[in-house]
Amino acid sequence: MSIAYVRETPAEALPPPSSTSGPVAWLRANLFSSWFNIVLTLVAVWLLWSIVVPLVKFAFIDAVWTGDNREACLGPEVGACWAFVNAKFGQFVYGTYPVDERWRVDLVYLMLVVGLAALAIPKVPYKRTSALCMLVAFPVLSFILLQGGMFGLELVETTRWGGLLVTLVVSYVGIVASLPLGVLLALGRRSKLPIIKTFSVAFIELWRGVPLITVLFMSSVMLPLFLPDGVSFNKLLRALIGVALFSSAYMAEVIRGGLQAIPKGQFEGAQAVGLGYWQMMRLIILPQALKLVIPGIVNSFISLLKDTSLVLIIGLFDLLGIVQRNFTDANWATPVTSTTGYLFAGFVYWVLCFSMSRYSLYMERRLDTSRR
Amino acid sequence: MAVQNEVRAPATNGGRSLFYDPRVRGFVFQAALIVLVVLFVWSAASNAIENLREQNIASGFGFLGTTAGFDISQHLIDYSPTSTYGRAFVVGFLNTLLVAAVGIVLATVLGFLVGIARLSPNWLIARIATAYVEVIRNIPLLLQLLFWYFAVLKALPGPRQSLDFGFGIYLNIRGLFLPNPVFGPGSGLFDVAIVVAIVAVVVLARWARRRQAATGVQFPVFWTSVAMLLGLPLCGLAVAGFPVTFDMPELKGFNFSGGVGLEPEFVALALGLSLYTASFIAEIVRGGINAVSHGQTEAANALGLRGALTLRLVVIPQAMRVIIPPLTNQFLNLTKNSSLAVAIGYPDLVSVFAGTVLNQTGQALEVIFITMLVYLALSLATSAFMNWFNLRMALVER
Repeated sequence: MSIAYVRETPAEALPPPSSTSGPVAWLRANLFSSWFNIVLTLVAVWLLWSIVVPLVKFAFIDAVWTGDNREACLGPEVGACWAFVNAKFGQFVYGTYPVDERWRVDLVYLMLVVGLAALAIPKVPYKRTSALCMLVAFPVLSFILLQGGMFGLELVETTRWGGLLVTLVVSYVGIVASLPLGVLLALGRRSKLPIIKTFSVAFIELWRGVPLITVLFMSSVMLPLFLPDGVSFNKLLRALIGVALFSSAYMAEVIRGGLQAIPKGQFEGAQAVGLGYWQMMRLIILPQALKLVIPGIVNSFISLLKDTSLVLIIGLFDLLGIVQRNFTDANWATPVTSTTGYLFAGFVYWVLCFSMSRYSLYMERRLDTSRR
Repeated sequence: MAVQNEVRAPATNGGRSLFYDPRVRGFVFQAALIVLVVLFVWSAASNAIENLREQNIASGFGFLGTTAGFDISQHLIDYSPTSTYGRAFVVGFLNTLLVAAVGIVLATVLGFLVGIARLSPNWLIARIATAYVEVIRNIPLLLQLLFWYFAVLKALPGPRQSLDFGFGIYLNIRGLFLPNPVFGPGSGLFDVAIVVAIVAVVVLARWARRRQAATGVQFPVFWTSVAMLLGLPLCGLAVAGFPVTFDMPELKGFNFSGGVGLEPEFVALALGLSLYTASFIAEIVRGGINAVSHGQTEAANALGLRGALTLRLVVIPQAMRVIIPPLTNQFLNLTKNSSLAVAIGYPDLVSVFAGTVLNQTGQALEVIFITMLVYLALSLATSAFMNWFNLRMALVER
């Protein structure tokens, strides 16, 4: 007797039924799992249809890409007038900075990008040196470059600065000035000396309690009254003072969060090896606390960058201000000009803020040691 | 100062040990701070007095009683150009409160919807909610307000070509027009019914809680409350014979008359503020729900609670504990952000008072001081509430 058939190799595995894997199953599980889910999907499709389709049509399909004046963007079915942005791009980036001197602004932008990259990329060494460069050397150097009037550079008044330049100057100075102030205020708020503590709390709560616009009004209208005769600040500097005071209060709260996260043992250890208060803070506590709050600092930078758009209300021309001002140019007055301008400005702000928020998320995950 | 080490600083005589005494140092630091602040304030004040005298600007708060002489497009209380600056201040403040209240309600509703949508198992809905949050959150509010006002509402057709949303709701370049309910005689019964319903709900909830604590028997408080809150006022109306009529907006000549007309500035501000704040609230809601650990849901399921009950009795109470403090913070932010009204000409506190009144009187010090004080009071009241809430809701740990 012999066995008629013996299978010598295992049978090939059958593919899983199409109802449990593949695109159909995915659709069924994620979009059509229940009646309620189906309704949600239909609502979502309707939303996409009524928002994304007109937006794409306006921004790309019907858009006008080239042209010398408003004639190009007139017509019944015209979308975004990118020719307007193209013609005004120089103004949007540099304001009315003299064309021949724009290389100085470019150089500052370049230094900013390189410096921030050196700070932001974890693998690049010399963090302490580059941080010092970006906090002290870079602002001084940029000021000399931008303002000029020395070392053979032509003087460019701050009234001629504008566009993205003013946006970046105001937000960068705001954050750089607010770091040391914020550290002092945060330490003051946690201090055991009653007067210093009260003063810090009052200062922080005062600035955090009022809207930025009143702070800007204050610095632009009230500040000149407080100065002695003959001393006057220009408009940009006044705005900078307001922004710096305002953001230092927020920064203080961010840094206080970092200080609170340092375990008590660190303070006690530092005292046990005989360090004084400032030594303890400088060598032990602040390096750890500041590292912890990097995401918080980036987040306050994001909100500060968005808030700088408010300076247009006190008559400075930041990116939004200069876009807004160009709507009045009779050469480019069309029904779509304002929408195009807002789309452009919004896109620039969005790219800056979104990339920074991604970075802050990344740092948060990197610094979070709890899951390891 | 943190080196509170009295033992290490023995009372050896000599200047050196005095210098290293933390108490002496603390005293010196604080004295120095006081001297600095006093010097700063004194020089600022003397400069200000000097400058004011030179520029012939009056000082003091007497200007609040003088005639304003300008009109305000939207006023909740009687106001005319012959009213005083003080009254203009109140009008502006009420307008701020109005737009803040409307914005807070809209932002909360939308924010909760979007926050929950981000956690939806429906892939498409979750993605749309994420896109909404990431786009709106990363664009300056001022830009959004200007966009809604100048690019959308100011580009709408005139009254004759109004967008018609049905139910007597029209939108055009003059603003948003809604039907206005008019309560005829006998609708006092309606108000009474509402008050009675609220009182009854409170009493019922207390009674139900006490009974459940004593006997364990539950009572459907929620649905009874809804039925009473809706039913009693309806009954009141029915008894009075439905004296409510709707005043519909109608196109007469070149503009609408009747109904409630909302100014385009108000619409733009409320829309922009609520869309912007909703994106932040959505993140808070998502974070709050995520903060309730999955073990809680599983434990609730193990006890035999079904989906809706798990949400209502286990997840939401714990999530709300996390959500409410940052939520009140967002409400405060929205109120402060309503000051951006000045950019689109909505007559809020900053626009009316720190704008027009300041320009007319030139009394920058007083005007800015009052404006800041109002916002400061609002924010201190909010943080007082938050502290009270945190104390009440703090987890009682072993």
